[in-house]
Amino acid sequence: MSDNSDVEVEDEEEYKYGLQDDSEPQDTRPTVVLMGQKRSGKTSIRKVVFQKMSPNETMFVESTARITKDTVCSSFINFETIEFPGQMCPFDHTLDPVNTFKKCGALLFIIDAQDDYTDAIRKMADYFAKAYRINSKIKFEVFVHKADGLTEENRVETKFEVYHAVKEELKELGIKDLQVTYHLTSIYDHSIFEAFSKVVQNLVRQLPTLERLLDIFNQGSNVTKSFLFDISSKIYVATDSLPVEMSIYELCCDMIDVTLDISSIYGSGEYGIPFDEHSAAVIKLKKTESWSFYSAKSIDSWHSSRLCAVRTSKSRDISNTTSPVSRRASKKYST
Amino acid sequence: MSSRRKVLLMGKSGSGKTSMRSIIFANYIARDCSRLGPTIEVEHAHVRFLGNLVLHLWDCGGQESFMENFLVSQKDQIFKNVQVLIYVFDVESREFEKDLRYYQSCLEALLQNSPKAQVFCLIHKMDLIEEDHREETFKKREADVLRYSELAARPHQVERENAVCQCFKSSIWDETLYKAWSTIVYKLVPNVGIMEEKLKKFAAILDADEIILFERATFLVIAHAETREHKDSHRFEKVSNIIKQFKLSCRCHFELESMHVKNSSFSAFIDTFTANTFIMVVLRDGNASVAATQLNIKLARPHFEKLE
Repeated sequence: MSDNSDVEVEDEEEYKYGLQDDSEPQDTRPTVVLMGQKRSGKTSIRKVVFQKMSPNETMFVESTARITKDTVCSSFINFETIEFPGQMCPFDHTLDPVNTFKKCGALLFIIDAQDDYTDAIRKMADYFAKAYRINSKIKFEVFVHKADGLTEENRVETKFEVYHAVKEELKELGIKDLQVTYHLTSIYDHSIFEAFSKVVQNLVRQLPTLERLLDIFNQGSNVTKSFLFDISSKIYVATDSLPVEMSIYELCCDMIDVTLDISSIYGSGEYGIPFDEHSAAVIKLKKTESWSFYSAKSIDSWHSSRLCAVRTSKSRDISNTTSPVSRRASKKYST
Repeated sequence: MSSRRKVLLMGKSGSGKTSMRSIIFANYIARDCSRLGPTIEVEHAHVRFLGNLVLHLWDCGGQESFMENFLVSQKDQIFKNVQVLIYVFDVESREFEKDLRYYQSCLEALLQNSPKAQVFCLIHKMDLIEEDHREETFKKREADVLRYSELAARPHQVERENAVCQCFKSSIWDETLYKAWSTIVYKLVPNVGIMEEKLKKFAAILDADEIILFERATFLVIAHAETREHKDSHRFEKVSNIIKQFKLSCRCHFELESMHVKNSSFSAFIDTFTANTFIMVVLRDGNASVAATQLNIKLARPHFEKLE
C-alpha cells in the first residue's frame, strides 16, 4: 500500500529532524501554507501580521497572481509561509505537492465569513483530504475570516455552520480522524494575531519547556502572567500554564506597539532599528484598586521579548525587582 | 476664573467635522466615526480643556439649507463673538468651487461680526489621495483657499494680510489631525509662553533632549521644549496619536499612569503631571536613572500647577 509506506517514511524523517536540532539545514524549516478562495484575505493577513501593514491600507492590496513564499525567522519562530492564490490548485502535478506538503507544518484555509462559503468549504475539504493523504501530521486550521462584519451572535453561528459543513464534507470523502481547529479572525482587531499565535505555537518544539520556565519565573518573582512574544509580529510563542485572557493579550499587543512606535521616533540609531539589547519598557496602569500592570521587557535577540504582567497593589516595591529577574530569566532562554 | 472660547466648526455636509470633533474630544476611534449621522443645524459642545479653559464648540451642520440659514437669518447669532473658525474642506469634493464660495460667504460674515477671529482651514480626508500626490493636491487646494480668503477679506480692510491663519492637511486615520488641532489649541491657551519658558529651564536642569506637555484628555501637545534638534518634525503629533490610541485601547479596563520606554540610545518617560496634563521627558542616555528622573518630574509638578 502506497499510503502506508508514505507514513513510515514520514516517521523516519521526523526522527531525523529531532536529532539535527542545532545544525538545522535551511530546507527543513516547517512551512505554514495559506490557502483560500480569491479575495478571502490571505495576502492581507500576511501583510498585517508579518509586515506591520495597517489594516486600513490592506484595501489597496492587489490580488496575488503567483505562489508567494516568505520566511519568518527569529529566535524561536522559524518557518516559511507559502501562499497559494485562490485560482490555483496547490495539488497540481507541476507544483510538486508531495514535496510541499511533506514539509508543511500547518495548513491554514481562510474563509470569507461575509461571503457565500459553500464552494470554499467544498474546496477546502478536498484540499485537506489530499494534504492529509500526503502528510497526516499537518495541523489543519480554518480561519473564519472578516468576522468584524458580523454581529456577535452571527459570528458564533457562522463558526458552527462552517464546522458542521466541513465535518460533513470530510465524512463524504471518507476521512475520519482529521483534526481541524477553527478560529474567528479579523485584521481589524487582535484576533488574527491570537489565531496566528496558536498556529505558530504548534510549530515551536520547545513549547513545553518554555511553558515550564515561565511558570517557574512567575512563582519566583510574584508575577501573575507572562508571555514570550515575537516582537515584530506580536505573535506569542509561549505563555505560562494559566489560561490566556483575550483582553490581557490585547493589552500586551498594544504595549508592544506603543514601545516600538516611541522607540522608532526617538531611539532609531544609524541603522534605523528601534530595538536593541538595551530595549525595555515599563508601563504602569491604574485601576480603582490601584492595580498595576508591568511589562518588564528584555530581549534575548532582536526579535523576541518577554512581557510579564504583574498585578499587585504594592507596585513600587516590585518595579525594582522584576526587571533584573526577567533579564536573568531571558538569558536562560536564549542559551 | 474660567475663560470661554467660541469655536465655530463649519464646512460642507459630510466633510468630517463631527468625526474629527468626536475623535479629538470625545475619545472616538477613527473606525467608529462611520456610525455618526449628519449634524442637524448646530450641535453645541462644551469642552473643558486644561481645567479652566472652556471651548464652546459650535458644530454647524453643512447641508445647504442650514448654511443658507446661518448666512442670512441666524447670521448675528452664529458669527458674533467668535474666537476661532475652523473650516473643513473635503479634499475629494466634486464641487470644490462651490465649497469655496460658501467659505467666502462664511468668512465675510465672520469678519463683519467678529473681526478679531482666527481662521483655520483643514483640507480633510487626505487619506483618500494616493501618497505620492498628497503634497501636490494639498498645495493646489491651499492656493485656492487662500485666494478666496483674500477675496473675502478685501472689502473689510482687515489689518492682516490674509484672513486665514493657516491651512492644514488632515485625515482621521493618521497623526495629521493631531498636528492641526494642536496648532489650533496652542493659539487658544493662555500663558503658553511662560509654560514653554519653564519647560526650557526644566529641560536644561534635567539635561533632557526634549520635554513635551500634553493635555490630559485629548493628548494634544500644549507646549514643548527641545535642547537638541530632532530630525523628525512630525514627532509631536505622532506621539500624541500613539499614546491616544493606546489610552483608548486599554480604556475599558485600565487607565494609563506612567510609561518608561528605552533602548541604548534614548530613554523616554511619560508621566501624569498636573491635574490636566501629561509630560514626556526624553533623555539621550539610555541608562538614565529611572527613580531620579521620576523624582525630578514629581518635584517640578507644583511649579507648573501654579501656572494653570
